[in-house]
Amino acid sequence: MAKFRIAVHITPRKGLLDPQGNAVKDALHTLGFEPVKDVHVGRYIIIETDAYDAIAAEDNVTDMCRKLLANPVTEDFEIESAVPA
Amino acid sequence: MKFGIVTFPGSNCDYDAFHAVTEILGEEATYIWHKDHDLQGSDVIILPGGFSYGDYLRAGAIARFSPIMQEVVAHAKSGGPVLGICNGFQIACEAGLLPGALMRNSHLQFVSAEVRIRVENAETLFTNLYERGELLRIPVAHGDGRFVATPEVLDQLEGDGRVIFKYADADGNLSADANPNGSERNIAGIISESGNVLGLMPHPERACSALLGSSDGVRLLESILSRVAA
Repeated sequence: MAKFRIAVHITPRKGLLDPQGNAVKDALHTLGFEPVKDVHVGRYIIIETDAYDAIAAEDNVTDMCRKLLANPVTEDFEIESAVPA
Repeated sequence: MKFGIVTFPGSNCDYDAFHAVTEILGEEATYIWHKDHDLQGSDVIILPGGFSYGDYLRAGAIARFSPIMQEVVAHAKSGGPVLGICNGFQIACEAGLLPGALMRNSHLQFVSAEVRIRVENAETLFTNLYERGELLRIPVAHGDGRFVATPEVLDQLEGDGRVIFKYADADGNLSADANPNGSERNIAGIISESGNVLGLMPHPERACSALLGSSDGVRLLESILSRVAA
């Protein structure tokens, strides 16, 4: 067993209304960042876990996303490659 | 009849529910701590409003894993009535007892107001003392009350008569202005496929006394009583 660190990005499902992202986009426009076309606000979760290898660690985190970290109805998730912690 | 009211860390409407059941309905109620594994012989389970676990991660996401939820899910699967109010609705969705999810209000503001909801189906365990199309005045108080589901799921819910309450204006129209949170199709409450789990964002337990503004919520509790006692 070795220790790995994995980062997870959770974002509102594409196509669903994202009022938080829209509010940030409007604020950016007000600040003069006119070219901004789209903003989405999500969560960034860092997990440290023991696992046999990097693949196993990533599989475990994928399972965690499906069961708890992301809501399958409203959110998408993307996990980064596991790095030794 | 005995009502079991689950208290999670952060629940804040458990006392309101207890008051409504014992003082208004005149039935027995008991608080059930979320770490317990025993429903204490309750016939009806209420998942009350509040901010369980501080809404960490997502509203209701952590409460779903409280020890007592295993018993609540088993109770629901065996046909026992479960009433999820506000945070309780969010928990019921996270636990898979109801489809869809509750997201941040479209205007991003916490909304605390009395709203009108229209009874869409008056033949359920929870609404049999109402009339279809009847308008109820019930308060809402939430930041994450926007009901969402895929169009297929929404069509199925509506087709099966499982959308129980919709936000409406004083004339009963399902206008966008009457929708306090941007819920899909003005949906305020839905029931499970088997009809024994109701989730709704408005607070019927806070609409149980004319002195406090409305007593339109009383018949929801009485409906359960009339059906389960019969």
